[in-house]
Formats: sequence, C-alpha cells, structure tokens
Amino acid sequence: MNNRRSTFLVSAMAFGFAFLYIPILSLIVFSFNESKLVTVWAGFSTKWYGALLQNEQILGAAWLSVRIAFMNATVAVCLGTLAGFVLARMGRFRGRLLLTGMTTAPLVMPEVITGLSLLLLFVALESMIGWPQGRGVTTITIAHITFSMAYVAVIIQSRLSSVDESVEEAAQDLGARPAKVFFIITLPIISPALVSGWLLAFTMSLDDLVIASFVSGPGSSTLPMVVFSKVRLGVSPEINALATIIVLLVASGIVAAGLVMNQAEKRRQRDVQMAVAANE
Amino acid sequence: MSREGFVAMGERMMHGADPLARMLWRFPPYRWCVAVARRLGLTGRTAVIAIPYLWLLLFFLVPFAFVLKIALAEALIARPPYSSLIEWSEDTYLTIKLNIGNFLFLIEDDLYWKAYLNSGKIALISTLGCLLLGYPMAYAMARANPAWRNVLLMLVILPFWTSFLLRVYAWIGILKNNGLINNVLMGLGIIDQPIVMMQTDFAVYVGIVYTYLPFMILPLYANLERLDVTLLEAAADLGCRPTKVFFTITLPLSIPGIVAGCMLVFIPAVGEFVIPALLGGPDTLMIGRVLWDEFFANRDWPVASAVAIAVLLLLVVPIMLFQHFQSAEAEAGV
Repeated sequence: MNNRRSTFLVSAMAFGFAFLYIPILSLIVFSFNESKLVTVWAGFSTKWYGALLQNEQILGAAWLSVRIAFMNATVAVCLGTLAGFVLARMGRFRGRLLLTGMTTAPLVMPEVITGLSLLLLFVALESMIGWPQGRGVTTITIAHITFSMAYVAVIIQSRLSSVDESVEEAAQDLGARPAKVFFIITLPIISPALVSGWLLAFTMSLDDLVIASFVSGPGSSTLPMVVFSKVRLGVSPEINALATIIVLLVASGIVAAGLVMNQAEKRRQRDVQMAVAANE
Repeated sequence: MSREGFVAMGERMMHGADPLARMLWRFPPYRWCVAVARRLGLTGRTAVIAIPYLWLLLFFLVPFAFVLKIALAEALIARPPYSSLIEWSEDTYLTIKLNIGNFLFLIEDDLYWKAYLNSGKIALISTLGCLLLGYPMAYAMARANPAWRNVLLMLVILPFWTSFLLRVYAWIGILKNNGLINNVLMGLGIIDQPIVMMQTDFAVYVGIVYTYLPFMILPLYANLERLDVTLLEAAADLGCRPTKVFFTITLPLSIPGIVAGCMLVFIPAVGEFVIPALLGGPDTLMIGRVLWDEFFANRDWPVASAVAIAVLLLLVVPIMLFQHFQSAEAEAGV
C-alpha cells in the first residue's frame, strides 16, 4: 500500500477515535474532581459518587427506567424477531412492502414526531375505549417497544439472510412442523442476533428522552428526563459520576457479550468443520 | 415454499399428532373457529405475519392519522386541548369542521420558515461533516488487519451504546468558556480570551457530528468491507494511479453505503431536539425544538401537529430513498 496514503488513513482513524472518546474520558476524569466546577481540577475525590447514591430522585428514576427497559427489550425481541423472520423467510405476501416500510421508517423517524404521534394516539384511545388510563409506565413501554422492535427486526433479518436456508428446508422436508423448525433450528442459529437485539433494545429504552417525555405522565419520570432537567441548569459533578457508572457498566457488558458470542461462533464453526470432515 | 404447502403445514400443526390439538378438535366451537379461520385464509403463517404487522399498524402508522386530525383541529383550553372535527349539531346533522388555519399560520409566521430552513441547513452540513470524518475511518477499518477489525468495530459501536444524553452533556464541559478547550488553549498561551463556542451553531454541528458518527461509519464499513479487492488490484496492475483507483472504482461502488449513512444521519438530525436544546443558543432555531416548545411550553397541540406534518413532508423523499437502499441491501444479504 502507498505509504503516504496509509499515513493519512491511520491519522484519520486516530483523529476519529480521539473525537469519539475524549468527551467520554473527560466525563470520567472530572467525576473524580473535588471541585463543584466540573472542569477545574481541584484534587481527587469520590464524594460525588456518595452524593449520587444519596439522591433519591435519580435512584428512583433509574430503577423505573431499568424496569421499563427490561420489559421493553423482552417484548421487542419477540415482536422484532417475528417481523424479521417474516421479512427474511416468508417470501411474498400481500402488504409486504408496507411491513418493510414500517420496520425501516422508525429507524430514522425524528423522535419528536414519533413521540407526538404516539401521545395523540394514546389520548384518542383513552377517550374512545378508556384504555390506556392516564399515561405512565405502560405508555412509555409501548412507545419504546414500537421503535426498538424495528431495530431488532433489522438485526434479525440481516442475520437470517446471511445464513443458509437449506438447514431449515431439510428439517421441513424430513417432516418437522414449521413451529418446530423455528424453535429447534432457526432460533439457535439467530441466538447471537437475539442477544444483541435484546441489549440494543434495552439500552435504547434506557437512553430515550424525547419519546418518553411526550408519553409519560405525572410521577413517571425516567432517568433521562431527570438528567435532562438537571443538565439544563448547568453541569453537575453528580451527573458525571452517573455517566461514569453507566459507561463502565455498558463497556463491561458489551465486552462480555462480545467474548461469549465470539466463543459461541467459534464453537459453531468448529462443529460445522467437524460435520464436514465426518461426511468426507 | 408455496402457499399451499404452508396452508397444509398449518393444518397439520393445528390438529396433527398433538394430543392437545386432537382434544381441542373434539370441541365444536374450536372446530367452527378453525373453519372460519380457514375460510378467511387465516393459517399459522397468517398469524405469524399478523402479530408484528398489527402492532406496527396500530402504534406506528395509525398515530400519523391522529397527528393529521389534530393538525386540522382548533386549539382549546380543555382536556385534551383541541376541538373535535366531527360533531353532531342540534338538528342531528353531522358536521365536519376542518381548520387549515394552523398550516396557514406556519406559512405566515416566518419563525417556522426560518426553523425549517435552518434545520435543513444544520442537518446537511452535519451530514457532510460526518461523511468527511467517517469515510476515511470506515475505509481504514475495512482495510485493517482482520484481527483488528472487530476491535475497531467494537470501539465505534461502544459510544453508541452509552447514553446519548450524557455524551451530549460531555460537550458542555469541553466547549464552555471555562471548559476543557479554552483552558488548554489559554494554558498554552495561544489565546488570552476564551473563545465562545457554547450556545452557538458551531456547538450544534459538533454535537450532531459526534453523536451520529457511528451511524455513518457502520453502513460505510459494511459496504467497503465487501468491496472486491481484486478489482482494485487489477486497476493498479494496469497502471492506474491510487487516487484514480479510488475515484473511479472504490467511491462509485460505495455509493449505497454513502446514501445509507447520509440518510441515517440527515433524517434524524433534521428533527433533533436534545442537541440544539443543550448546546445551541436561544437563536439556534431547529424545527424539533420549535415543535417541542409549541407542545410543552405553549401547550398548542394543533400547531405542534401541523409542524410535525410539515417535517414529515420534508422528510418523505429522504425516507423513501433510505428504504429503497435498505431493502436492496437486505436482499443482497448483508
């Protein structure tokens, strides 16, 4: 490779990664700052972590967000897997184009529009059929499921279109019923995608401010809503401490999931190789 | 597999070897339901399609009808704060009142025009910024040693998994007058007055490029990684210079990745609320922020809905483009 070009590429990459990581690192570093002025260093301290753990409002909101994220991720994986499976394996059917549209549009739809439209739906439903009564955890969860199932569907669809359909067809030819094929063959093949879909849906729900603000009601402020109202008033070292905890949790979760999936993938490839070798 | 095959399989599933299904089959209402379902063409396959379909119809598509409806209503001080379109007047005639005043208001008041154009401008410039920064990164990652690729990919994805709100917040600490950049520059003696960066359009550009960069890199990387290297080698063997190879082969072949990445950045950036609210100044008008304020500060639901419809009209073409490339990619089996 051309030498000058590779220098350019390496420095572009270095600059890009510095751009991505310096803000996160600065959040972490200043969470250990003694001073309340977040950006002026005044010595090492962990007092903001103590203050964070005393802050009932943040802790309550965090617990609410985690519960919503958990429910959301679980339902979104089920619905998103169905949608991805339908799009990847069920061939043509009436209305396929509309389903494709409805699973890709939420990926790019501005959040203010999704939030507003869902709120208007919930208000209209409440006046028509009396459900959902008021707004809160249920409405936030439904809203989150709707946009995160689209992400899951895309992940599942791309995973399914990259694996060979012949194994599933072979099982069907041997008389397995479609439901059995799905649970015995398809599901194990896409299990890495299920894991990453679940994690993605979980973090997206945990992260969402705009949609939750539209569809939440009194007494159901999620963590991003509390953080946003604090951050609007200026920087606060407690938020830095919170950010550090989230970054560390996410980073260790991702690295662990990556290692586990890597090993599962290696094992699968080894099994395939052994099966091929046994046949020869 | 043919449709008939699926129908047969669905029936076998419903009352085949399963003892529970056989028991149910002896129960007449079940048999009637199955008969009705079969008459309507409902099978296991239809049910599998119907579940996600109905969910998305109800919670994604139908809500837009309500947005349109409320955009045509009048604001009232009531709960909910809008008038209803259809009313039974006293002589039992059905009257439908449509109010296009909200849309006229959007056209007349130049606040909305400015916000509209400014959002487009900010989203466009940020998308270009993402492309200029993301393309070399994606290219370098796709050409890196395979052992390194997964690590680099993980490094790009990792920030995307940590809280978006907190990553935007991090920039406040970096950009403000006594923030990281100004402290470093003043400490080095390069400047003696802090540069005002917070609450400017510049901060909004930085924020958008920063938070949306992974969305640009990932589709570009997926595209560039699949690029057939032998094409480049063939061109080089025939005496083509590296820059020419890039502009005549690599760049045209990566256009689907570029379009997907640009749409993934541009479309959500147009309606962005959090970044202009935290990093922008009071005069940084963006349509997402205007909608938010109409809704939460003015409690004018009809005007907020009209703004949403206007944004959707602006975004229909980019969204269709994105879907077109996305389904082409899905069929190619990414």
